[in-house]
Amino acid sequence: MSCRKRCKREIFKFAQYLFRLVTGTLSTDSVEDELELSTVRHRPEGLEQLEARTRFSRKELQILYRGFKNECPSGVVNEDTFKDIYAQFFPQGDASTYAHFLFNAFDTDHNGSVSFVDFVMGLSILLRGTVQEKLNWAFNLYDINKDGYITKEEMLDIMKAIYDMMGKCTYPVLKEETPRQHVEVFFQKMDKNKDGVVTIDEFIDCCQNDENIMRSMHLFENVL
Amino acid sequence: MATGVAAWLPFARAAAIGWMPVANCPMPIAPRDNSKRQDELIILNVSGRRFQTWRTTLDRYPDTLLGSSEKDFFYNEETKEYFFDRDPDAFRSILNFYRTGKLHYPRHECISAYDEELTFFGIIPEIIGDCCYEEYKDRKRENLERLQDDQEENKDMKLPNMNFRETMWRAFENPHTSTMALVFYYVTGFFIAISVITNVVETVPCGSTANQKDMPCGERYTVAFFCMDTACVMIFTVEYLLRLFAAPSRYRFMRSVMSIIDVVAILPYYIGLVMTNNEDVSGAFVTLRVFRVFRIFKFSRHSQGLRILGYTLKSCASELGFLLFSLTMAIIIFATVMFYAEKGSSSSKFTSIPASFWYTIVTMTTLGYGDMVPKTIAGKIFGSICSLSGVLVIALPVPVIVSNFSRIYHQNQRADKRRAQKKARLARIRIAKSGSANAFLQSKRNGLINELLELTGTEEDEQKLIKSTSLLESQHHHLLHCLEKTTVSTPVVSTCFYAHEFVDEQMYEQNCLETVLQSYPSRSPSISSHDSSMGTCCGHRVKKNIPLPNASVPPAHPVPVHQGPLQELSAIHIQCSDPSSHTASRSTLNLKADDSRINCKGGRITTAIISLPTPPALTPDGDGLHGPPQRRPPPPSGHPTPPSIQTTTSSACTSIVKVSAL
Repeated sequence: MSCRKRCKREIFKFAQYLFRLVTGTLSTDSVEDELELSTVRHRPEGLEQLEARTRFSRKELQILYRGFKNECPSGVVNEDTFKDIYAQFFPQGDASTYAHFLFNAFDTDHNGSVSFVDFVMGLSILLRGTVQEKLNWAFNLYDINKDGYITKEEMLDIMKAIYDMMGKCTYPVLKEETPRQHVEVFFQKMDKNKDGVVTIDEFIDCCQNDENIMRSMHLFENVL
Repeated sequence: MATGVAAWLPFARAAAIGWMPVANCPMPIAPRDNSKRQDELIILNVSGRRFQTWRTTLDRYPDTLLGSSEKDFFYNEETKEYFFDRDPDAFRSILNFYRTGKLHYPRHECISAYDEELTFFGIIPEIIGDCCYEEYKDRKRENLERLQDDQEENKDMKLPNMNFRETMWRAFENPHTSTMALVFYYVTGFFIAISVITNVVETVPCGSTANQKDMPCGERYTVAFFCMDTACVMIFTVEYLLRLFAAPSRYRFMRSVMSIIDVVAILPYYIGLVMTNNEDVSGAFVTLRVFRVFRIFKFSRHSQGLRILGYTLKSCASELGFLLFSLTMAIIIFATVMFYAEKGSSSSKFTSIPASFWYTIVTMTTLGYGDMVPKTIAGKIFGSICSLSGVLVIALPVPVIVSNFSRIYHQNQRADKRRAQKKARLARIRIAKSGSANAFLQSKRNGLINELLELTGTEEDEQKLIKSTSLLESQHHHLLHCLEKTTVSTPVVSTCFYAHEFVDEQMYEQNCLETVLQSYPSRSPSISSHDSSMGTCCGHRVKKNIPLPNASVPPAHPVPVHQGPLQELSAIHIQCSDPSSHTASRSTLNLKADDSRINCKGGRITTAIISLPTPPALTPDGDGLHGPPQRRPPPPSGHPTPPSIQTTTSSACTSIVKVSAL
């Protein structure tokens, strides 16, 4: 809105306020309040559709949804709630930064909230997906600005977030340059052409060649 | 947000895949969840009302009764449900806690009944949600005060071993304890009144003599007033010294407000004695005499209403401060405005801004003396705004002060009412006690007669056997009888050649008169035994030892299945870091966390092992339970006895929960 229009509106509002003050009319509820009343109540798609789209069985979806809806009766998780929930698991450190990145990874349509569909789709990939899909997801997590490349700065942010979750009380004590060193090691391993960024292909290739990583991908098969 | 976070655990584990590519070393093996239990419905039958919920709902809080294996004690095999013989209404809010993670306090419940329910189900009240926490705390405090008052009443009974000093102090504090104290109380009150009246009358002009104008009485009858003053000050000095001597903590006594008032009241006299009749200092001396009016504050020891007023003012200090501040602001503003508005007019009284202060104050408090009035039009306009705003500024904080006063006053009224009710209640209890004692004696007599009849009687007489009382009563009597038989004392000369017996009051008094030297128990044994049982009952109620329900499971037990996943979670935690520099073993990680947390908290921590959310343990392998941070220090590893929460009502009012064994 242009400056003049805004000024005009403000003056009009002030005049109205003065008028109400002089004549003694009680202030009525402004229109903006009504918009707040309609709380966002999200309802997921039907059970059949979700069953088709994800790799969970009906019963598993039921359990997941019950847990989800219990925590968030409105049906969506916003970032703060997400951070709170995630922080419960890591009481010693500060999990908020990492939770922020996780939230962005789950919030595939970037609308600022994670609905049950987003949640269950993410879980489906993580728990029941192929190795390729899982690696894809991890790459997506590391790539903060979602441009297809992981730069050193992005990786450093992620690494710092992970180390933050450890908290201060570690043995041996966490030093300032530890995340940076870890990022260096990571890049040495992943960045084949040494161009300073890691692409999705380099990432997947490298991970598939690493035995440890492959084995750990299958770690959570039986979570649910 | 301390809710069923356990439901989100699968998510957190799944999200851990994000760390895999970054890690440099192999991950530990995930624990297998072999018992694939389907989620099942559990039926909880509480006094006939059936509640149903999922098993996982209850498993959210494994430190409570319902979430742990403790509920198996209440399992009913035939009906396949868990039966609890408790109040179903209170159970509703407890079950809702599992469902929603928030504990609410229903306002129609009695606070102690609710507390008992919480204790039974192993939920600590500190997790009551913010919406209900205030109400809960208020009612709890009220209840506490009630119990404390009751206790204080008991303390008033004369303790056997009080030395002279303590007796004197008690006499000073509570004049109703003995006649001497009462006399002292009235005498000091009388002298305070005399002293105040003397001060007042001193300044009244008495009739004039021949050659002088009207003189105040003080100068006319100097000697008389001086004697009066001396007498009063003597009494006050003696009283102060006696109080100082008797005070249990002299330093604290000297710092208390009343003692300062005492000192200020008598000091001017002594200063006057010391100072010579020098013209220069006599001006200062005159001002000192003003302090003699402080003697009137000594009345606050005699008047409870005055004390309440003082206490109110003290508790409303912030409101009064606000009032003062806002008034000052307004005064300065309006004085400035009025000064500049009236600057133009000639012969204006508003000579300076401080001079206008007086006008502003008089106008804002709507006094309006009229010694200063604005003459210009602008001055009049601003003067009217000033008086209108004055009403508002003064009227606002006053209701707060009034409501505070009313609350404290009613509290005091309530204390008096309770004391009166208590007397009636004790009388009723005494009647009931003597009733049951008599019943016991009666049954004993019946028993003896029955025995007699059995031994000597014929068959017809047997029909005259006096029917014994109900089963419960007979069992009770049997118990008392056993007690009698147990109390074997050294044989005494008089009638009691076997064990102590329950006798009724008259016989007891007789015996007392007969045998002065014998060492009978101080009161009738029946009443004493009753008292002791009462005592333990009440004692039990007052000091509750609430053992944490699941704390008896020492952490060294084999890890239950559901904690398995956390194990590997923590492992990931540690091994995600650069292995070269962080070979943090699980136990050392714990240790550090231990120290830091225990150092952070003070002495007053709640071992909230009960019902704060799972997932508790980062290290479930026996090094102690960690948990969601803010309120849970982990018990030191291998701690043998479970720490217990003790609610002591006699401790300082602020905190109720104290950790005993840490």
